[in-house]
Amino acid sequence: MASVKEMRNRIGSVKATQKITKAMQMVAAAKLRRAQSAAQNSRPYAQRMAAVIANLAAGVSGDGAPKLLVGTGSDQRHLVVIATSDRGLAGGFNTIIVRAARQKIDALLAAGKDVKVLTVGRKARDQLRRIHASRIVGDFEVGGSPSLAVAAEVSTRIREMFEAGEVDVVHMVFSQFKSVVTQIPTVTQLIPAEVATGAPTIDLKGASYEYEPDEETILADLLPRNITTQLFSAMLENQAGFFAAQMTAMDNATRNAGDMIASLTLQMNRARQAQITKELIEIISGAEAL
Amino acid sequence: MAEKLHFSLVSPERELFSGLVDQVDAPGSEGGFGVLAGHAPFMTALKEGPVSVHNDGSVTVYDVRGGFADVTPDGLTILAEHAAEAAK
Repeated sequence: MASVKEMRNRIGSVKATQKITKAMQMVAAAKLRRAQSAAQNSRPYAQRMAAVIANLAAGVSGDGAPKLLVGTGSDQRHLVVIATSDRGLAGGFNTIIVRAARQKIDALLAAGKDVKVLTVGRKARDQLRRIHASRIVGDFEVGGSPSLAVAAEVSTRIREMFEAGEVDVVHMVFSQFKSVVTQIPTVTQLIPAEVATGAPTIDLKGASYEYEPDEETILADLLPRNITTQLFSAMLENQAGFFAAQMTAMDNATRNAGDMIASLTLQMNRARQAQITKELIEIISGAEAL
Repeated sequence: MAEKLHFSLVSPERELFSGLVDQVDAPGSEGGFGVLAGHAPFMTALKEGPVSVHNDGSVTVYDVRGGFADVTPDGLTILAEHAAEAAK
């Protein structure tokens, strides 16, 4: 059995760790609140955008339709965009996203498609570098809190690849923030734009829409923006999910540390008691021998 | 003015304004326009510029960049990449 002193040191170290995890949990909880409201505030924009596009897409068809909406006509070359957080210490948060992404990639490869990977967030890059190093065509970092600037950068990169004819279909994998305890890894399609069929169509009450300049121009302007918006809201959802996962993970860690301290303290007290008993026996038997 | 227009101004970060107003003036890509309640369905890209919201005799101005205006029978929605209340 370890000596009393060793055990005392060990308890001290666990206590220090517990303080850190406790602090991280509280920081995550505070940041979660902000991230959650940011994610919620971004939803109206994304929803309206989807509704507007659904509305426009219904009216545009045939040769004039933008490629971002109808695709290139081929679905051979796929790009998978994987959004995670930059940092770890959030339980299985990033691993779950990456697992969903790997399943998607494997399914595409099994179907004989060419797959390229673009990562947003350091953890996606780190985890995928081991198995899909040759497929990663670019990586971005979220950097602090999600910003529209980063989303726009990623979106530009995706569009450049699409316009250069390097990819036909673009998917995105991220974690949807459902609640503090549930984050759902989600795969969505960015290009060709997924038109929400379930979206409520706007009742025009018999009147017809007027467009300025015209439908195609508006759509051509709107679709790239929609990609940015989707990326941005994915990043916000991720951020909220990340802090929720981190909070839960750190709560567990704090509790584990507490359990460990309790059991170590018990062990230490036993060891100390045993030592005292031993010393007493030595003294008594020494006295009896006289 | 009897009837009011439902107006909402949303940016990716948040919803800046949502509520009933008298009139909204916005800089459309093909020229400025004003929207009152009951406007015909209409959609346009917006130029960079001020969006003025008139309500009960007072005017609030927002600086808007990279936006769209969407007029439906339900009201006017402006989707803007950047929007902020202009300094007075």
